[in-house]
Amino acid sequence: MAAIDTTIIKDTPASPAAAGDYEYVIESKDLCLYYGKTMALKHISMGIRANSITAIIGPSGCGKSTYLRCLNRMNDLVPGVRVTGSSTFKGRNIYDRDVDVVALRKQIGMVFQKPNPFPMSIYDNVAYGPRIHGTRNRQELDRIVEKSLRQAALWDELRDRLQDSALSISGGQQQRLCIARCLAVEPEVLLMDEPASALDPIATSKIEDLMRVLKEKYTIVIVTHNMQQAARVSDRTAFFLMGELIEYDNTRKLFETPSDRRTEDYITGRFG
Amino acid sequence: MEHRYLINNVGIGLLWVSGCITVLSLLVIIVYILAQGLPVVTWGFLTQNPASHDRAGGIFATIVATVAVTLIAILVSTPISVAAAIYMAEYAGDSWLTNLVRFGADSLAGIPSIVFGLFGYIMFVHYAGWNYSLLAGGVTLALMALPIILRVSEEAIKVVPDSYKHGSLAMGASKWQTIWKVVLPTALPGIITGVILGMGRAVGETAAVLLTAGSWAKVPGSVFDPVRTMTVHIYTLATENLSMKNAYGTAAVLVIMVLAITLTSNYLTRRYIKKLGGSR
Repeated sequence: MAAIDTTIIKDTPASPAAAGDYEYVIESKDLCLYYGKTMALKHISMGIRANSITAIIGPSGCGKSTYLRCLNRMNDLVPGVRVTGSSTFKGRNIYDRDVDVVALRKQIGMVFQKPNPFPMSIYDNVAYGPRIHGTRNRQELDRIVEKSLRQAALWDELRDRLQDSALSISGGQQQRLCIARCLAVEPEVLLMDEPASALDPIATSKIEDLMRVLKEKYTIVIVTHNMQQAARVSDRTAFFLMGELIEYDNTRKLFETPSDRRTEDYITGRFG
Repeated sequence: MEHRYLINNVGIGLLWVSGCITVLSLLVIIVYILAQGLPVVTWGFLTQNPASHDRAGGIFATIVATVAVTLIAILVSTPISVAAAIYMAEYAGDSWLTNLVRFGADSLAGIPSIVFGLFGYIMFVHYAGWNYSLLAGGVTLALMALPIILRVSEEAIKVVPDSYKHGSLAMGASKWQTIWKVVLPTALPGIITGVILGMGRAVGETAAVLLTAGSWAKVPGSVFDPVRTMTVHIYTLATENLSMKNAYGTAAVLVIMVLAITLTSNYLTRRYIKKLGGSR
């Protein structure tokens, strides 16, 4: 596991608090990330509001996925990664030494680019999270599975197939199953890394509908290379370029009247 | 153009002939052994012990010995080698230590069995004071099965997609939970293949068990009793010219046992993979 070198910029007292107590559920300050000697993220400072959808766009290799993976410390898994600056979750710097990464990831769930259901039954996939966090009671698990699948708009499609292998359903269903699997541990934030890029347009629109519903309860951050998707679903959009945050604004404002030339060039398709 | 087609056809022809030779030689051996051996195999042959100084009688004690020795070998080697495989594939990474273990395992797998026999004889029969026994034979065979199970399991664990591990870790599972609940179940068919290969080596071994388990053709009362496995029985019957007929009979039973193990495990693995949903 990679050694994480942290410089704490702001030290806020850790107290259990509701998301509403902070202007930003997640707030990064001067966050830099290095792969060995290469600087992949350059002084990123941005805040993410509760119960909203924040989209991160930018060309391939701009650091958008890398940034997303900073927010639940999935970059810890990459050898040779070093992070400086801070990123807080509800006021607490997640790069502090005494942060329990396991507990953090329970609160900040992640959906990946390629649907990655485990090779087990649909039921076991959704029950996986609650089980590893200690829920053993069958009725309780049944309840969580149903609730999570309903939230992911999958219950009616799959209610009679819960014991089937999760690999036997379609790609779009698999991705929604992965969302349901995340929801089962009741996170507060959902990080989505190009969740629809491997899906057809119909499955994509289902995921987008789902996101609009889910933002009532959850805070969503989505990385996408699809600008229309960002424009359709998100409230705020961040534009990344070569490891830098170029512009971050209300989605409408960013797409209609971008203040940076590079943003305009990108969204009008002049490069990328 | 013509020339190119000719070379192409000759090439394909050679490959085809090679394939045929492989399949045919296998078939000839199996058919020959079964043809020679099966007429001897009766219910009495399977359930009675050798009689008249091995010239007559059955092979019951040697079947018991082979099963027992193999069981001990697998029970001892599987936990150790699977644990080592997990460590190497998931924790150690590519360090000098894992490379050394891998090199060691590969070398172990290539060492002639008589050398294992000699080692087992000195270590277990002699120093440990287990004498010629089921236990000494089983543990020696465990050493031989170890590198096979280790390497096959390691590969099986390594090919579990990272996306599964990341999916699990991203939900707040610990590394251990991820390995136990996601990685191992996914790698299980491969691990079972390794165990079966290790079993095959144990069942078929002669020299190593001759030097460690002895050649006592009676049903053992405890793990410290000497035994004679089927392979050693065949060796004894053939080299001392006691009964070629019974040697072939024993060989036929051995071949059928190995085939049965392989077919059963193939069937179970396929069913398991289907359950995982990987049948696409």
